[in-house]
Amino acid sequence: MSAPVFNELVKGQEIGERTISVDRAALVRYAGASGDRNPIHWNERFAREVGLPGVIAHGMWTMGSIINVVTDWIGDPGKIRSYTVRFTRPVEVPDPGSAEIHVAAKIGALDEETLTARIDLTATCDGKRILGKAQAVVAL
Amino acid sequence: MGVDASFAGREYPATDPYQVGREHVREFAAAVDAQHPFHHSVQAAQEAGYLDIVAPPTFAVVIAQRAEQQLIADPAAGIDFSRVVHADETFTHHRPIVAGDELSTILHVDSIVERAAIAMVTTRCEIADTAGNPVATVVSTLAIRGEEA
Repeated sequence: MSAPVFNELVKGQEIGERTISVDRAALVRYAGASGDRNPIHWNERFAREVGLPGVIAHGMWTMGSIINVVTDWIGDPGKIRSYTVRFTRPVEVPDPGSAEIHVAAKIGALDEETLTARIDLTATCDGKRILGKAQAVVAL
Repeated sequence: MGVDASFAGREYPATDPYQVGREHVREFAAAVDAQHPFHHSVQAAQEAGYLDIVAPPTFAVVIAQRAEQQLIADPAAGIDFSRVVHADETFTHHRPIVAGDELSTILHVDSIVERAAIAMVTTRCEIADTAGNPVATVVSTLAIRGEEA
């Protein structure tokens, strides 16, 4: 896929969508790779003791995983200038099984002066939105 | 016992340099299923003009989290990590992080706001290279639920 060209982009244009899957093994792997070893992300007993419904995904796992749709579209991860997410609903990860997250990305704004595009991301799990504002600014 | 709001406005000394390891970048990328070749192939990254493989857009959290420990692990701050949930996170990349970078972080406690039984703690990590050039800014807000919440 060739890199997107600024002048061909339109506000509101969809740039990609996908469904990603997360299971307990993915959370353990993220805990190791990121250094975030909070037991709420791998220990059911602990998660319930602190008032959660069960083990939940790291918000940062979700944030790190859904941006791939933008990276793959822009074709160069170094072009992502900023990225912001508000976490509004935790993703409960069952065992056995997995949680499915649907992510869709569209162009929220175009800036002709800086030749950047703001990409707005929407993420849902079981049909419910899990993020508030989720935006990335990419250079073109 | 709650969060000590007097920590707001605090700035910590720069951390010892953190070296961005090539295998760590690959491992982190795999953990978020980031398959772009620039995260994995030195040759692909260098052909695109980078010195080495490029860290995923959220990799800086690894560096920021370490710096944030200065606040979070300080018993005087009164943050019960088992009652913490992540409220929001923002990365600003002044340039991409690549393997081989040595990065030092200055942690700022931007605000501590208590609303009802929840304390919102916003930290800002200014990450720079060894020459002092800014590399990334990471702003993170944690929500800490009180015992009764």
